[in-house]
Amino acid sequence: MTSQALWYLTRATGIVALVLLTGTIVLGVLGTARVATERWPRIVTAGLHRNLALTAISVVGVHVLTTLLDPFAPIGLADVFIPFGGSYRPFWLGLGSLAFDMLLAAIVTSLLRDRLSHRLWQGVHLLVYACWPVALWHGLGTGTDTRLTLVLGIDAICAVAVLGAVGWRLSLTGNPRLRTTGLLAMTALVLATLIFALIGPLRPGWALRSGTPPSLVSFIARRMSR
Amino acid sequence: MNRWLRINPIACTGHGLCAEILPELIRLDEWGYPILPSSQVQEHLLPLAKRAVRLCPALALRLDREAK
Repeated sequence: MTSQALWYLTRATGIVALVLLTGTIVLGVLGTARVATERWPRIVTAGLHRNLALTAISVVGVHVLTTLLDPFAPIGLADVFIPFGGSYRPFWLGLGSLAFDMLLAAIVTSLLRDRLSHRLWQGVHLLVYACWPVALWHGLGTGTDTRLTLVLGIDAICAVAVLGAVGWRLSLTGNPRLRTTGLLAMTALVLATLIFALIGPLRPGWALRSGTPPSLVSFIARRMSR
Repeated sequence: MNRWLRINPIACTGHGLCAEILPELIRLDEWGYPILPSSQVQEHLLPLAKRAVRLCPALALRLDREAK
């Protein structure tokens, strides 16, 4: 029973974390674009960005901890930080570790920001633009609930929010090369994600193909058929 | 314990957060860059001044122990 609760918690916190990270990114982008009105000063954007990021890392913390404690999937402490080394869906779980590392780096450097050089902080902070899609692919690739309409809808809304914010921000930059590269990269990422989702998790049999240990797959199949 | 607020005009990019946090000490010029009529920070404004230093997006604010 508790094991089931842990598994549900892992799944739920994964989805909530994606929503929180989406909000954090959108607010961060609004901050760099210096968006402000009379009633919504910049300090509100900055404060909300910070608090949402801290909430996100806490939720990710619960996501990671419940994954570790849950006896169902064989995932160890090393797998949390070191990507692609585990035995359970190594690639898709590894993307989660990678996103976790990047998020942790961004948050730790932000908390110590006034002790670091501005360029170092900024360089590390740019990782979040990689962290978000990696986290999304982790969810698509190993999320138990990926195929639910609700979850696909949340994924789509989050993707539209981030693409919209980053695309709009790129349209404001005075650097035409950055704009072109950014928009091309975004288009390539969208296409790659759509193609992957259609031939990967949205087609039957993904659990086996994604690298779940076969013994676990047959265990689930037995449990589901009962 | 007196403190003085300093702006690094080269690092400052005119985000203007400091003036939102500390309007008692910081005004913005017409281009959005901060102006400090007096840089000495009174005791009761010190927490806000520290916050402004911490939140400056360009890390262009500093609190000094001595007047210049």
